[in-house]
Amino acid sequence: MKQYVIIGNGAAAAGCIEGIRAVDTAGSITVISAEQHPVYCRPLISYYLQHKTDLQRMRYRSETFYADNHVSVAFGRTAIEISADTKEITLDSGEIIAYDALCVCTGSSPFVPPMQGLETVEKQFAFMTVDDALAIEQAVTPESNVLIIGAGLIGLKCAEGLHGRAGSITVCDLAPRVLSSILDDKCAAMMQKHLEANGIRFLLGTSAKEFRGSKAVMQSGETVDFDVLVLAVGVRANTALVKNAGGDVNRGILTDDACKTSLPDVYAAGDCTEYHDISSDSVKVMALMPNAYMQGHTAGVNMAGGAAVFDNAIPMNSIGFFGLHCHTAGTQPDGCEMYEEADETHIKRLFVKNDRLTGFMLIGHMHRTGIYTALIRNQTPLSSVDFARLRIEPQLAAMGADYREHVLKGAV
Amino acid sequence: MKRIYVKEEWCLGCRLCEYNCAFANSGMTDMVKALRGKEIHPRIQVETDADGITYAVSCRHCTDPICVKSCIAGAISKKDGVIEIDHSKCVGCLTCVLVCPYGCVVEDEGGAAQKCELCMKNTCGAPACVKGCPNGAIVYEERGEAE
Repeated sequence: MKQYVIIGNGAAAAGCIEGIRAVDTAGSITVISAEQHPVYCRPLISYYLQHKTDLQRMRYRSETFYADNHVSVAFGRTAIEISADTKEITLDSGEIIAYDALCVCTGSSPFVPPMQGLETVEKQFAFMTVDDALAIEQAVTPESNVLIIGAGLIGLKCAEGLHGRAGSITVCDLAPRVLSSILDDKCAAMMQKHLEANGIRFLLGTSAKEFRGSKAVMQSGETVDFDVLVLAVGVRANTALVKNAGGDVNRGILTDDACKTSLPDVYAAGDCTEYHDISSDSVKVMALMPNAYMQGHTAGVNMAGGAAVFDNAIPMNSIGFFGLHCHTAGTQPDGCEMYEEADETHIKRLFVKNDRLTGFMLIGHMHRTGIYTALIRNQTPLSSVDFARLRIEPQLAAMGADYREHVLKGAV
Repeated sequence: MKRIYVKEEWCLGCRLCEYNCAFANSGMTDMVKALRGKEIHPRIQVETDADGITYAVSCRHCTDPICVKSCIAGAISKKDGVIEIDHSKCVGCLTCVLVCPYGCVVEDEGGAAQKCELCMKNTCGAPACVKGCPNGAIVYEERGEAE
């Protein structure tokens, strides 16, 4: 009977469990969970603050998930060492656990750049875990002035979550636009305008250089008074365990299409990894929950002796604020052509290069977007479809009769 | 398993399936009250190709469903081959809309995700699009594919 060990207890770990059990119903599975909670939907912590979900509904899987899959979970424990030679891990408790196959799903940690006087700030939080959300909920009152450092996905979802709970919300970022990792200037401007219309104040192109208790001094010289500080500058992949064991890491743990690391019988999945983005043909950290699950599932199948690959990963984000939604996927390469539609309420930007759709940014109108995503993921030659119709409206009708027959007349 | 299939040579493009779908999932008993003067949000979409051929598209209940794997709320699952959304868990993030390669998950009137669940959760009993198609262009049958 094989012994499987998973370090981490997020979506990648859940995928790994389900991948293992798709192949091997007998082997033992041990999960090492630093957090005291059963696997939950990490991106839903902002929806929790908005009262759109609660702790029970935020569970990623049913209450009987671990029992059903015969998984033993060590809650509140962290792994401190992987010994690849002896195929053992050591926990912070000193306990040593042997493995036949190991999956590292250690996620990422908030990155806090050095900022003078940060230690003088009484109420400061990250926004990565449900415990962070619960702590922020405790700290914020209707009179609170909240300052969020970072106008990326995490910072802005936190701002939306706190809307209505706090007196004021100010978001600053060194980047000159919001959501700079996924949106270009025009799309970001539309999103920023909408966020501002909902009461979020922005200070862009500047960040805090110094804190004095409840006052932040910006690089621009401006000062901001606040009661609650949220640090959402960025995240760093948790690579140390694999690095210290002699495995290959860059900004993330390096994994191949089978989700294997360079260490024998050690796999990795989720936000701690970097892997191939087919839309830009480059290796990068893509800290995305759907990809994390798919990596974990792939790793699990392979750990149990099956043969699975995750060889069509792309960056993609579905995110909305105050009712205005945004879908992005793929990449915007140098020298690409752009198809654009834009009016007051929506933007569509499709990026085309070498007869392929390489990426898109859509704001405001989200109907059947996945047809575009599939064009990127499948690297469909646009000369083989009616792109003149597709770019106006995603539809199977423009994908050719053979494809339509394949999709609609049998099981896919 | 039984799935919904279309016979495009029989489709009239009348869009009754879209109305029957919206009505079946409205929770109401009077079609006029349910639909009159309202923008409908059906879970089945009639498409027209460049040659004027029409046909309806609804969830394929994929063997390896990327919507299930991608749902960040743990709200989409596959039970006995049927892919369904737990609406109490869906937060309306629309990741499923972003990943469905066939455009079969769409927003409902409240901004949450919805898709064809073969009328198993409403009072219709059998797929309303199939029952109501005047020309037999939508069928619900077993085609014996490997799952």
